[in-house]
Amino acid sequence: MRTADICVLAVADCFRGDGELLANPIGTIPMIGGRLARATFEPDLMMTDGEAMLVADDRAFFGADDPRTIEAYNPYRAMFDVVWSGRRHVMMGASQIDPYGNQNFAAIGADYAKPKVQLLGFRGAPGNTINDTTSYWIPNHSTNVFVEHVDVVCGIGYDRAAALGPRAARFHELRRVVTNLCVLDFESDDRRMRLRSLHPGVTVDEVVAATGFALVVPDDVPETPVPTDEELQLIDEVIDPDGLRYTEVKS
Amino acid sequence: MTAPRDKVLREDDVVAELRSGMTIGIGGWGSRRKPMSIVRAILRSDLTDLTVVSYAGPDLGLLCAAGKVKRAVYAFASLDSIPLEPHFRVARQAGVIEDEPYDEGLFLLGLQAAAWRVPFLPTRVGLGSDLLMHNDRLRTVVSPYDDGETFVAAPALELDAAIVHLNRGDARGNGQFLGPDLYFDDLFLRAATGNRFMSVERIVPTDDLTKEGSFHTLRINRVMVDGVVEAPNGAHFTSCAPDYERDEAFQREYAKSAASPEAWDAFRAEWIDIDEAAYQRKVQER
Repeated sequence: MRTADICVLAVADCFRGDGELLANPIGTIPMIGGRLARATFEPDLMMTDGEAMLVADDRAFFGADDPRTIEAYNPYRAMFDVVWSGRRHVMMGASQIDPYGNQNFAAIGADYAKPKVQLLGFRGAPGNTINDTTSYWIPNHSTNVFVEHVDVVCGIGYDRAAALGPRAARFHELRRVVTNLCVLDFESDDRRMRLRSLHPGVTVDEVVAATGFALVVPDDVPETPVPTDEELQLIDEVIDPDGLRYTEVKS
Repeated sequence: MTAPRDKVLREDDVVAELRSGMTIGIGGWGSRRKPMSIVRAILRSDLTDLTVVSYAGPDLGLLCAAGKVKRAVYAFASLDSIPLEPHFRVARQAGVIEDEPYDEGLFLLGLQAAAWRVPFLPTRVGLGSDLLMHNDRLRTVVSPYDDGETFVAAPALELDAAIVHLNRGDARGNGQFLGPDLYFDDLFLRAATGNRFMSVERIVPTDDLTKEGSFHTLRINRVMVDGVVEAPNGAHFTSCAPDYERDEAFQREYAKSAASPEAWDAFRAEWIDIDEAAYQRKVQER
């Protein structure tokens, strides 16, 4: 068992309790984790093929000609209907994320008009976070990503949501942040990011050192659950037979 | 008897209708089904100071690299298999283009508002984010109903011109998408007040459109289109499924040309400063 397998299970657990909605984990390990959730404890989740179809298959990735079971047609325009009607839990990436879960993948640098590093743009982060449950996947937990203040707020965090007031922000929920080191959540008194569990072999000090702000660290931090033999077999043989998860987290 | 309008044009005829300073919407999504043969014609032209409105990919990147862009109106710029658009990054990091960022759904509402001829559409999208700080066109609106909530007013993204690429079309301007997603090509065409141009892989008789695909694929009609260009392989190097996939090797070469001004000059000399027929011949010979 490798770290990537533990991350897959931790991602799957983010979707626990979601029932019948569109689980939209973006990225390699997120896609595998979402499939694992559906194949084991959340059978009613709907998931995309990465493009315009919602598919019933346990397999996470398809070649262009691979057969798949299409449940529904979901082009981009329909996806916005899903998002704005509140029937989605998305898992996005982040180039920067702060203690309240404000997220940035638009640009790095103090001067937005001439950024030091131009990234993707706001993409769908503002709309996702104000309308639906959002989780984040960070494959490279470091002080470059976990920062006290993000340079551009794309996805909104709990402090920004609170400032909007309870009515405007009533659909906002940041559930988890899964990284290659640990699982984080916002289940603290002031909604600052909290250390939820440590992947086996990782210490609190290592996570603290890789995080550029003060985390809420409970007295007892449990270990992140690891996949059972049955879950590992399912991942290995059905969901990700090509082992793409090991290209995203190598250890 | 009056004959029906024949709207068939060449890429250069399209460019002749465009003017410097125009706001031009470009269909497709990322590095998928982009009207690249028309973009290439714009690159070769004297046009400048363009405001480009796009779910952006190499269309925006190439226009930035060629110095055609005054302002980018966009939600992301990506080559899909290469996550970040390299030439757009160069232009942004040099601070040489104006930046008007959107969320991709907010952007959709802006196109929809223009298409419906209303000044804005209300949405929750953008509340609490830095979009309201970095996009100086965005304003909020208070609901006139009892809830009294504040919303973002997605501004109508009115276009002076729109260009899209479809799989099939007829000479009258009916268009057909055969791939997985129409994206927002219909909205780009409806959001433009004029100069609405569609290139297609193949022009077919109207009768043949429903032989190519089911009637559900006939989502562009001639009321939305002023000119049709037949452009086989016209979306190259972006994908145009099911006719062809993205040319990944070519795209990698394009991305590398952002490494230095010299690399861009070499790419430009080889692939931009030639006409479309020569370009397509060279692509075939690769």
